[in-house]
Amino acid sequence: MTALLNVEELCFEQRAKHNWFNQRSGFTLSPISFELNSGETLAIVGENGSGKSLLGKLLVGAEKPKSGKIFLNGQKLSSHNIKQRCLNIRMVFQHSNESLNPGITVSKILEEPLLLNTQLNTAQRLNKIVETLKMVGLLTEHMYFYRHMLSDGQRQRLALAKALILDPQVIVADEPFAALDPSVRSQTINLIMQLQKDLGLGFIFISHNLGIVRHISDRALILKQGQLVETGKTEVIFNWPKDKYTEKLVTSHQSLIAPK
Amino acid sequence: MPNLDLYQEEFHPSPLVHTWLEFRKSHIAVLGLWLLAFFIVLVILGPLIAPFDPLLQNPNAFLVQPAWDASGSIRYLFGTDSLGRDLLSRLIYGCRMTLGISLLLVVISMLIGIALGAIAGMTRGVRSSVLNHLLDSLMAVPTLLIAIVIVGILGIGLVNSMWAICLALVPQVVHNTREVVRAEMQKEYVLASKLDGAKKFHLFFYCVLPNMYEMLVVQGTMALSIAILDISALGFLGLGAQPPSPELGVMLSEGLREAYKSPWLIALPGSAIFLMVLAVNVVGDGLRSALRNRLQN
Repeated sequence: MTALLNVEELCFEQRAKHNWFNQRSGFTLSPISFELNSGETLAIVGENGSGKSLLGKLLVGAEKPKSGKIFLNGQKLSSHNIKQRCLNIRMVFQHSNESLNPGITVSKILEEPLLLNTQLNTAQRLNKIVETLKMVGLLTEHMYFYRHMLSDGQRQRLALAKALILDPQVIVADEPFAALDPSVRSQTINLIMQLQKDLGLGFIFISHNLGIVRHISDRALILKQGQLVETGKTEVIFNWPKDKYTEKLVTSHQSLIAPK
Repeated sequence: MPNLDLYQEEFHPSPLVHTWLEFRKSHIAVLGLWLLAFFIVLVILGPLIAPFDPLLQNPNAFLVQPAWDASGSIRYLFGTDSLGRDLLSRLIYGCRMTLGISLLLVVISMLIGIALGAIAGMTRGVRSSVLNHLLDSLMAVPTLLIAIVIVGILGIGLVNSMWAICLALVPQVVHNTREVVRAEMQKEYVLASKLDGAKKFHLFFYCVLPNMYEMLVVQGTMALSIAILDISALGFLGLGAQPPSPELGVMLSEGLREAYKSPWLIALPGSAIFLMVLAVNVVGDGLRSALRNRLQN
């Protein structure tokens, strides 16, 4: 059986630039390979600037990799065919606030991906919007709301709804819980886990909150400065870390939660 | 579609209604809207309301005082000018000319400016920055001066001055549109739409334009008041509309000759210009805060 998502030797390089107009430091993402089965959660963990978000962007196609292949259900994804990719791999952005257009209503926000990628008529689109809103625990009336009228948790749900509305197979979430308070965060986590069970989604989840990672992910990928440090089952990594860096992460996390 | 009318009190205003509800909260803005509506009615229905032909000269009634003066007559409500023409009719036609032409010019220059600004904002590289810097350098010169230069090249006349003002208004619109489009294109929701497979056309109309209305209103009202003032100024200087056409600026410069004997000849056209510009600015300001409040609280 082929995996849902198969990433082979994905590699990214940004050269350092030093000219008059822009200065930027270079960044290299070493070749990374992993597999994701449907219904499985993969966590990408690492410190700031380790290339976690970049890996997420490479997967959804916001950045172009230098080399490497991504297979979805055994089919190679080309960087030109954005339609095929966005129908199947959807991204939930880090700041739900900024990834939602402030000038249009929620129904318009959700309608946009449908307009661009499906042949549904107006009534079908409306049905789909209402259905998706209910799926993430929002109300039909929220269709008429603007971004600023929603709370942070509702915005997060809306961002999730926007990702789910095209019935994708993989969702890439870039720190989706970073800005939420604990109660809303756990609500959202439960919602995602429930949806994952119902729809059989593959879920790639970028975070540096190791507590959540341990709670929801099946496997984890540890990155450090663009290098893949360690990969494996989450429980194995947390209990028997092989690499020194991983060990440091795990012990620092445990010293936080363990009572002294 | 599921039943949405569960409660009768439930009310979901459309964006337009929402803006109106916010707009209505400011009394001054509503007052300005009435004033502007009054002028626009004059523009549309002017010929039906005006009691006389604006060019008709009555040799028996030179410089008749306004009706509120002891020697005035109700026949000429605002009196007559030195050639015996009814001032009220001339004022109505003058508003029609000045405001009507300004509206037309603003619509044309906004369309050109937004199109150019959007292209400049969505593209990158040499073409975009050449367009931008060229027009930015034009912005250092006041519009009236540009208009005078263009009239100097094209020659005196109403149509030429219209072209001149239209062209002089474009650079500002281009500049502001480009700034806003640039800023919007950096936002994350534009990236999200791009990942949905949106093309540039779609990006502009779905992502950027809904967030640009506030800027457009500010720009539009500013351009409208500039256009009104410039048309009158060119008329006053004798570069735009020519006498005897009833244009407010022309009327002002004609009235200047008899200013000591009959001050209403300049007071009335002057206050008409003033009220027009005031109404446009008040409405524009109210509309801008209404649009901002709609999206903020």
